[in-house]
Amino acid sequence: MNSFAIRNGLGYVTLALMIAALFMVFDYVPPEAEQGIAQLIFYFHVPLAWVAFASFGIVAIAGIFYLWLGDQLWDDLGYAAAETGMVFCTLMIVAGSIWAKPIWGTWWTWDSRLTTTFILWLMYVGYLMLRASADDTPQVARFGAVIGIVAALDVPIVIASVRLWRTIHPAVLVTKQGGHGLEDPRMVATLLVCLAAFTAFWAWLLMLRFSQLRTRTRLGALAVRIAFADAALSDSK
Amino acid sequence: MENLGYLFAAYSIIFVVIFLYVVFIWRRQAALDAELRTLEARMAALTDETAASTSGDSQSDA
Repeated sequence: MNSFAIRNGLGYVTLALMIAALFMVFDYVPPEAEQGIAQLIFYFHVPLAWVAFASFGIVAIAGIFYLWLGDQLWDDLGYAAAETGMVFCTLMIVAGSIWAKPIWGTWWTWDSRLTTTFILWLMYVGYLMLRASADDTPQVARFGAVIGIVAALDVPIVIASVRLWRTIHPAVLVTKQGGHGLEDPRMVATLLVCLAAFTAFWAWLLMLRFSQLRTRTRLGALAVRIAFADAALSDSK
Repeated sequence: MENLGYLFAAYSIIFVVIFLYVVFIWRRQAALDAELRTLEARMAALTDETAASTSGDSQSDA
Protein backbone atom coordinates (compact mmCIF):
# COMPACT_ATOMS: atom_id res chain seq x y z
CA MET A 1 0.00 0.00 0.00
CA ASN A 2 1.52 3.34 -1.02
CA SER A 3 1.46 6.53 1.03
CA PHE A 4 -1.24 8.04 -1.20
CA ALA A 5 -3.62 5.15 -0.40
CA ILE A 6 -2.80 5.38 3.33
CA ARG A 7 -3.50 9.12 3.26
CA ASN A 8 -6.81 8.64 1.46
CA GLY A 9 -7.85 5.90 3.90
CA LEU A 10 -6.91 8.10 6.82
CA GLY A 11 -9.01 10.91 5.33
CA TYR A 12 -12.12 8.71 5.30
CA VAL A 13 -11.41 7.44 8.85
CA THR A 14 -11.04 11.06 10.00
CA LEU A 15 -14.35 12.04 8.41
CA ALA A 16 -16.21 9.13 10.06
CA LEU A 17 -14.63 9.79 13.47
CA MET A 18 -15.31 13.53 13.27
CA ILE A 19 -19.01 12.93 12.50
CA ALA A 20 -19.18 10.46 15.42
CA ALA A 21 -17.42 12.99 17.69
CA LEU A 22 -19.86 15.78 16.80
CA PHE A 23 -22.82 13.46 17.33
CA MET A 24 -21.52 12.44 20.76
CA VAL A 25 -20.77 16.02 21.84
CA PHE A 26 -24.13 17.46 20.78
CA ASP A 27 -26.50 14.54 21.26
CA TYR A 28 -25.00 11.89 23.54
CA VAL A 29 -22.91 13.26 26.38
CA PRO A 30 -24.62 15.02 29.30
CA PRO A 31 -23.36 18.53 30.13
CA GLU A 32 -21.43 18.88 33.36
CA ALA A 33 -23.67 19.89 36.30
CA GLU A 34 -21.98 23.16 37.32
CA GLN A 35 -20.66 24.50 34.01
CA GLY A 36 -23.62 23.54 31.85
CA ILE A 37 -23.43 23.63 28.07
CA ALA A 38 -20.15 25.62 27.93
CA GLN A 39 -18.36 22.53 29.27
CA LEU A 40 -18.95 20.84 25.88
CA ILE A 41 -16.08 22.99 24.51
CA PHE A 42 -13.78 20.78 26.63
CA TYR A 43 -14.32 17.80 24.24
CA PHE A 44 -12.52 19.63 21.42
CA HIS A 45 -10.20 21.74 23.60
CA VAL A 46 -8.38 18.73 25.10
CA PRO A 47 -7.84 16.89 21.76
CA LEU A 48 -6.58 20.15 20.22
CA ALA A 49 -4.04 20.40 23.05
CA TRP A 50 -3.02 16.76 22.60
CA VAL A 51 -2.35 17.06 18.85
CA ALA A 52 -0.56 20.41 19.31
CA PHE A 53 1.77 18.87 21.92
CA ALA A 54 2.31 15.77 19.77
CA SER A 55 3.25 18.05 16.85
CA PHE A 56 5.76 19.96 18.94
CA GLY A 57 7.22 16.65 20.15
CA ILE A 58 7.74 15.66 16.52
CA VAL A 59 9.34 19.06 15.79
CA ALA A 60 11.86 18.38 18.58
CA ILE A 61 12.60 14.79 17.49
CA ALA A 62 12.95 15.87 13.84
CA GLY A 63 15.21 18.74 14.97
CA ILE A 64 17.50 16.38 16.88
CA PHE A 65 17.75 14.04 13.87
CA TYR A 66 18.36 16.97 11.51
CA LEU A 67 21.20 18.31 13.66
CA TRP A 68 22.64 14.79 13.96
CA LEU A 69 22.27 13.52 10.37
CA GLY A 70 21.82 16.72 8.35
CA ASP A 71 19.21 15.05 6.14
CA GLN A 72 16.69 17.48 4.62
CA LEU A 73 13.92 14.94 5.24
CA TRP A 74 14.03 15.69 8.98
CA ASP A 75 13.85 19.42 8.38
CA ASP A 76 10.80 18.96 6.16
CA LEU A 77 9.14 16.80 8.83
CA GLY A 78 9.91 19.36 11.56
CA TYR A 79 8.56 22.23 9.47
CA ALA A 80 5.35 20.34 8.63
CA ALA A 81 4.82 19.39 12.29
CA ALA A 82 5.47 22.96 13.50
CA GLU A 83 2.93 24.35 11.06
CA THR A 84 0.16 21.87 11.92
CA GLY A 85 1.04 22.21 15.62
CA MET A 86 0.62 25.99 15.41
CA VAL A 87 -2.83 25.66 13.82
CA PHE A 88 -4.00 23.30 16.58
CA CYS A 89 -2.28 25.23 19.39
CA THR A 90 -3.93 28.48 18.26
CA LEU A 91 -7.33 26.77 18.13
CA MET A 92 -6.75 25.24 21.55
CA ILE A 93 -6.02 28.68 23.05
CA VAL A 94 -9.03 30.28 21.30
CA ALA A 95 -11.41 27.47 22.36
CA GLY A 96 -10.10 27.67 25.94
CA SER A 97 -10.53 31.43 25.97
CA ILE A 98 -14.15 31.15 24.76
CA TRP A 99 -14.82 28.56 27.50
CA ALA A 100 -13.18 30.83 30.11
CA LYS A 101 -15.46 33.81 29.45
CA PRO A 102 -18.70 32.28 30.81
CA ILE A 103 -16.95 30.11 33.44
CA TRP A 104 -14.26 32.45 34.81
CA GLY A 105 -15.88 35.70 33.69
CA THR A 106 -12.83 36.71 31.62
CA TRP A 107 -11.40 35.81 28.22
CA TRP A 108 -7.86 35.53 29.56
CA THR A 109 -5.94 35.53 32.81
CA TRP A 110 -2.18 35.22 33.45
CA ASP A 111 -2.61 31.87 35.15
CA SER A 112 0.39 29.48 35.13
CA ARG A 113 -1.17 27.06 32.58
CA LEU A 114 -2.26 29.86 30.27
CA THR A 115 1.01 31.76 30.55
CA THR A 116 3.23 28.74 29.83
CA THR A 117 0.96 27.84 26.88
CA PHE A 118 1.21 31.40 25.54
CA ILE A 119 5.03 31.22 25.80
CA LEU A 120 4.94 27.93 23.86
CA TRP A 121 2.74 29.52 21.19
CA LEU A 122 5.07 32.54 20.93
CA MET A 123 8.15 30.33 20.47
CA TYR A 124 6.54 28.47 17.57
CA VAL A 125 5.40 31.78 16.06
CA GLY A 126 9.12 32.66 16.11
CA TYR A 127 9.97 29.33 14.46
CA LEU A 128 7.46 29.86 11.65
CA MET A 129 8.46 33.52 11.17
CA LEU A 130 12.08 32.43 10.79
CA ARG A 131 11.10 29.79 8.22
CA ALA A 132 8.82 32.15 6.30
CA SER A 133 11.19 35.11 6.18
CA ALA A 134 14.45 33.36 5.27
CA ASP A 135 15.53 31.16 2.36
CA ASP A 136 15.63 27.41 2.85
CA THR A 137 19.35 27.19 3.58
CA PRO A 138 20.97 24.56 5.85
CA GLN A 139 21.83 27.37 8.31
CA VAL A 140 18.18 28.44 8.63
CA ALA A 141 17.17 24.77 9.00
CA ARG A 142 19.72 24.40 11.85
CA PHE A 143 18.40 27.53 13.60
CA GLY A 144 14.88 26.19 13.16
CA ALA A 145 15.86 22.81 14.62
CA VAL A 146 17.38 24.48 17.71
CA ILE A 147 14.31 26.72 18.24
CA GLY A 148 12.02 23.70 17.78
CA ILE A 149 13.93 21.67 20.39
CA VAL A 150 14.10 24.50 22.94
CA ALA A 151 10.41 25.36 22.45
CA ALA A 152 9.35 21.73 22.96
CA LEU A 153 10.97 21.79 26.41
CA ASP A 154 8.04 24.01 27.42
CA VAL A 155 5.49 21.22 26.68
CA PRO A 156 6.13 19.21 29.90
CA ILE A 157 6.11 22.49 31.85
CA VAL A 158 2.68 23.35 30.40
CA ILE A 159 1.38 19.88 31.32
CA ALA A 160 2.82 19.97 34.84
CA SER A 161 1.93 23.64 35.49
CA VAL A 162 -1.42 22.80 37.12
CA ARG A 163 0.39 20.72 39.74
CA LEU A 164 3.53 22.85 40.11
CA TRP A 165 1.90 26.22 40.72
CA ARG A 166 -1.31 27.71 42.01
CA THR A 167 -3.78 27.85 39.16
CA ILE A 168 -7.45 28.27 38.39
CA HIS A 169 -7.21 26.04 35.31
CA PRO A 170 -9.06 22.78 36.02
CA ALA A 171 -7.02 19.55 36.15
CA VAL A 172 -9.65 17.25 34.66
CA LEU A 173 -7.69 14.39 33.12
CA VAL A 174 -5.43 13.76 36.13
CA THR A 175 -6.75 15.52 39.22
CA LYS A 176 -4.60 16.53 42.18
CA GLN A 177 -6.26 13.78 44.19
CA GLY A 178 -5.46 11.20 41.48
CA GLY A 179 -7.90 9.71 38.98
CA HIS A 180 -9.86 11.76 36.47
CA GLY A 181 -12.57 14.31 36.99
CA LEU A 182 -15.09 12.98 34.46
CA GLU A 183 -18.06 11.87 36.54
CA ASP A 184 -20.03 10.03 33.82
CA PRO A 185 -18.75 7.12 31.64
CA ARG A 186 -20.36 8.83 28.63
CA MET A 187 -18.01 11.78 29.17
CA VAL A 188 -15.00 9.44 29.04
CA ALA A 189 -16.33 7.73 25.88
CA THR A 190 -16.96 11.09 24.17
CA LEU A 191 -13.52 12.39 25.06
CA LEU A 192 -11.89 9.20 23.71
CA VAL A 193 -13.78 9.45 20.39
CA CYS A 194 -12.86 13.15 20.08
CA LEU A 195 -9.21 12.30 20.82
CA ALA A 196 -9.28 9.57 18.14
CA ALA A 197 -10.92 11.93 15.61
CA PHE A 198 -8.35 14.68 16.14
CA THR A 199 -5.42 12.25 16.18
CA ALA A 200 -6.53 10.83 12.80
CA PHE A 201 -7.13 14.32 11.41
CA TRP A 202 -3.75 15.55 12.64
CA ALA A 203 -1.94 12.52 11.16
CA TRP A 204 -3.72 13.12 7.83
CA LEU A 205 -2.78 16.82 7.75
CA LEU A 206 0.79 16.11 8.82
CA MET A 207 1.27 13.45 6.11
CA LEU A 208 -0.20 15.80 3.52
CA ARG A 209 1.99 18.76 4.47
CA PHE A 210 5.11 16.62 4.90
CA SER A 211 4.59 15.11 1.46
CA GLN A 212 4.20 18.62 -0.01
CA LEU A 213 7.40 19.84 1.60
CA ARG A 214 9.26 16.74 0.33
CA THR A 215 7.97 17.47 -3.18
CA ARG A 216 9.02 21.11 -2.86
CA THR A 217 12.53 20.05 -1.80
CA ARG A 218 12.82 17.64 -4.75
CA LEU A 219 11.52 20.23 -7.21
CA GLY A 220 14.06 22.74 -5.89
CA ALA A 221 16.89 20.25 -6.46
CA LEU A 222 15.56 19.47 -9.94
CA ALA A 223 15.36 23.18 -10.82
CA VAL A 224 19.04 23.60 -9.86
CA ARG A 225 20.04 20.62 -12.03
CA ILE A 226 18.07 21.99 -14.98
CA ALA A 227 19.70 25.41 -14.54
CA PHE A 228 23.17 23.76 -14.60
CA ALA A 229 22.25 21.72 -17.69
CA ASP A 230 20.92 24.89 -19.35
CA ALA A 231 24.15 26.75 -18.61
CA ALA A 232 26.30 23.87 -19.88
CA LEU A 233 24.31 23.71 -23.11
CA SER A 234 24.66 27.47 -23.62
CA ASP A 235 28.45 27.24 -23.12
CA SER A 236 28.78 24.41 -25.63
CA LYS A 237 27.08 26.46 -28.39
CA MET B 1 -29.43 26.81 26.94
CA GLU B 2 -27.40 29.50 28.65
CA ASN B 3 -24.00 30.04 27.01
CA LEU B 4 -25.08 28.44 23.74
CA GLY B 5 -23.50 31.37 21.90
CA TYR B 6 -20.08 30.57 23.39
CA LEU B 7 -20.42 26.92 22.42
CA PHE B 8 -21.47 27.86 18.88
CA ALA B 9 -18.61 30.38 18.58
CA ALA B 10 -15.97 27.89 19.76
CA TYR B 11 -17.00 25.09 17.39
CA SER B 12 -17.54 27.48 14.45
CA ILE B 13 -14.09 29.04 14.84
CA ILE B 14 -12.46 25.59 15.08
CA PHE B 15 -14.09 24.36 11.87
CA VAL B 16 -13.61 27.62 9.93
CA VAL B 17 -9.88 27.77 10.77
CA ILE B 18 -9.41 24.09 9.93
CA PHE B 19 -11.25 24.64 6.63
CA LEU B 20 -8.99 27.64 5.83
CA TYR B 21 -5.88 25.57 6.61
CA VAL B 22 -7.07 22.78 4.29
CA VAL B 23 -7.68 25.42 1.56
CA PHE B 24 -4.15 26.73 2.16
CA ILE B 25 -2.74 23.21 1.72
CA TRP B 26 -4.83 22.72 -1.40
CA ARG B 27 -3.49 25.98 -2.93
CA ARG B 28 0.09 24.98 -2.07
CA GLN B 29 -0.53 21.71 -3.91
CA ALA B 30 -1.78 23.62 -6.99
CA ALA B 31 1.35 25.81 -6.88
CA LEU B 32 3.57 22.72 -6.66
CA ASP B 33 1.75 21.13 -9.62
CA ALA B 34 2.31 24.31 -11.66
CA GLU B 35 6.01 24.34 -10.73
CA LEU B 36 6.30 20.70 -11.76
CA ARG B 37 4.69 21.42 -15.15
CA THR B 38 7.09 24.34 -15.74
CA LEU B 39 10.11 22.16 -14.93
CA GLU B 40 8.82 19.33 -17.13
CA ALA B 41 8.41 21.75 -20.05
CA ARG B 42 11.92 23.17 -19.50
CA MET B 43 13.31 19.63 -19.28
CA ALA B 44 11.63 18.65 -22.56
CA ALA B 45 12.98 21.79 -24.27
CA LEU B 46 16.48 21.05 -22.94
CA THR B 47 16.30 17.47 -24.20
CA ASP B 48 15.26 18.71 -27.67
CA GLU B 49 18.05 21.33 -27.72
CA THR B 50 20.64 18.72 -26.65
CA ALA B 51 19.44 16.30 -29.35
CA ALA B 52 19.57 19.05 -32.00
CA SER B 53 23.03 20.13 -30.90
CA THR B 54 24.33 16.53 -30.93
CA SER B 55 22.95 15.85 -34.44
CA GLY B 56 24.43 19.19 -35.65
CA ASP B 57 27.87 18.18 -34.31
CA SER B 58 27.76 14.75 -35.99
CA GLN B 59 26.74 16.30 -39.36
CA SER B 60 29.62 18.79 -39.25
CA ASP B 61 32.07 15.95 -38.37
CA ALA B 62 30.87 14.00 -41.45
